[in-house]
Amino acid sequence: MNRALRLLRRRLIGSIPVLLIVIVGSFLLLEAAPGDAVDAYVASVGGDAGMIEALRQSWGLDASPMTRLAAYLWALLHLDLGHSVAFSRPVLDVVLERLPNTLLLMGAATALSFALGTALGILAGARPGSARDRLLSIGSLALYAVPGFWLALVLTIVFSVELRWLPLSGMETIASGKTGFARALDIARHMVLPVTSLGLIYLALYLRMMRAGMAEVWRMDFTLAARARGIGRRRIVLRHVARNALLPLVTMLGLQSAQMLGGSVVIESVFSVPGLGRLAQEAVGSRDTPLLIGIILVSAVLVIVINLLVDIAYAALDPRVGANEANA
Amino acid sequence: MSLRRLFRSPEAVAGFVILGLLGAMALTAPLLFPGDPLAIAGQPLLRPFQDWALPLGTDRLGRDVLAGLFHGARTSLAVGLAAAAASILVGSVVGTVAGFAGGLVDEVLMRITDAFQTVPGFLLSLALVSVVGPSLSVVVAAIALSAWTGPARIARAEVLSIRERDYVASARVIGMHPIEIAFREVLPNALPPVLALSSVIVAAAILTEAALSFLGLGDPNRVTWGGMIAEGRAVLRSAPFLSVIPGIALVFSVLGVYLAGEGVVESTAAREGQA
Repeated sequence: MNRALRLLRRRLIGSIPVLLIVIVGSFLLLEAAPGDAVDAYVASVGGDAGMIEALRQSWGLDASPMTRLAAYLWALLHLDLGHSVAFSRPVLDVVLERLPNTLLLMGAATALSFALGTALGILAGARPGSARDRLLSIGSLALYAVPGFWLALVLTIVFSVELRWLPLSGMETIASGKTGFARALDIARHMVLPVTSLGLIYLALYLRMMRAGMAEVWRMDFTLAARARGIGRRRIVLRHVARNALLPLVTMLGLQSAQMLGGSVVIESVFSVPGLGRLAQEAVGSRDTPLLIGIILVSAVLVIVINLLVDIAYAALDPRVGANEANA
Repeated sequence: MSLRRLFRSPEAVAGFVILGLLGAMALTAPLLFPGDPLAIAGQPLLRPFQDWALPLGTDRLGRDVLAGLFHGARTSLAVGLAAAAASILVGSVVGTVAGFAGGLVDEVLMRITDAFQTVPGFLLSLALVSVVGPSLSVVVAAIALSAWTGPARIARAEVLSIRERDYVASARVIGMHPIEIAFREVLPNALPPVLALSSVIVAAAILTEAALSFLGLGDPNRVTWGGMIAEGRAVLRSAPFLSVIPGIALVFSVLGVYLAGEGVVESTAAREGQA
């Protein structure tokens, strides 16, 4: 466990400069946006020139860029991500309110694509070069070529409009008064299509990686040794080949998280899931740059945290990790 | 020789046929559909295969769907290629400088690369387009902004191994300027593995452009497949074909890019394996 802690500390320190660069980048984007927070505020609330000047002074917008960057960093240190114009509330409050829905969507979609992708990858990699392998590879590539939002729309047409099996949009039935298990079931029903749309897109990645990893393990000596000992093919595939090819996929879970967060923007927009992605679209629609930048910052932190957790899980699964990294 | 090997794989052939069709659509769009594809062409919400003047029907405002499909191919292909070229250019320059200079320069450039990979790429593109305003060049820049990190990492790894080779040492001995060595001796040799990535980048760029247009952040003066899908969404119940048709075009285009790219990479790998 000491090893994992050392790894954690090293990664935490390593992520500080990265986060700083993200913050400076966010600041530059905020600066580049036409109009400032006061313009946006006055546009929605109204006010005269005198009030604008007073507001600029009190919000520190008339200072030099470096002073403002320092003030921005200082505010972030106090978890102040600014004020959302569209919601008239602190950005962090709005973002944190939406975060759980996105985490639920991402978690379920990741589980779906990982489980199904790995299983199909084992099927394809069990006999590399076979017809089944070719079919699965092409099929997964085709799935990877599908735009997420379009898959979402097609699934909606089939399952919500034509078959009427699943709800069209939203997170749960509004004002249904459901509680406890009934409410959880209601939410689950609403999440089937968003999770499927998001999960199916990234399934191909795990499938192809699993397959490629297995093709490599097949060539190794211990696989040959297992065959020489007369172990059945099914057992070799599952216990020897797949098991050794599975580990690199864990790293993929972390690397994938940033992409999936991006992908959830369109999926949440199609299904009106009140999560971070839909919030980003709302922020763009209402020209609420502070909110948009806040979402980017929170996403970056989220991606860093997810990758940290994946690293620790990886270290726990593979005793080689960290042992030779300690002096790196 | 390698062309024959390339065309032995049915997947690669399918990829090139799709790419050829896509290219033909993009090139012939102004000839076959000379008018503004955003102009009204007939009665609104005409279904496909009803009127031979408008084979794929019309949208809510009576715009020709087939004309939109052709002109949309132009936008998709242009944005995809331009964004991929820009990200490969930026990425390989950053990667070469980082790998060749080493030390603090390498450290700073790689931390910046890390930062760009930490922020979800699509959110970054979304933010840039929404701050600067949607136009074709801004969309290209926004996509490149989130896609240059892959090429940068691969170029750097390649440069790290190349810079220790003998011909680089001899270039130093004859007194070539380090910048000249980096960009005339090292970069060209580091490019092949970066270029092997280009089909994936083009495909991702086409998908990102479609998603941006779908959210209403595409160039408003151009037809895009993403925009057409979004347009059709309003009448999803009564006229689903409006969203389905441009989506199929998108899937085939991206698949074509993947298959063709994979075919090229595999045939060159086979050739190298034989040599």
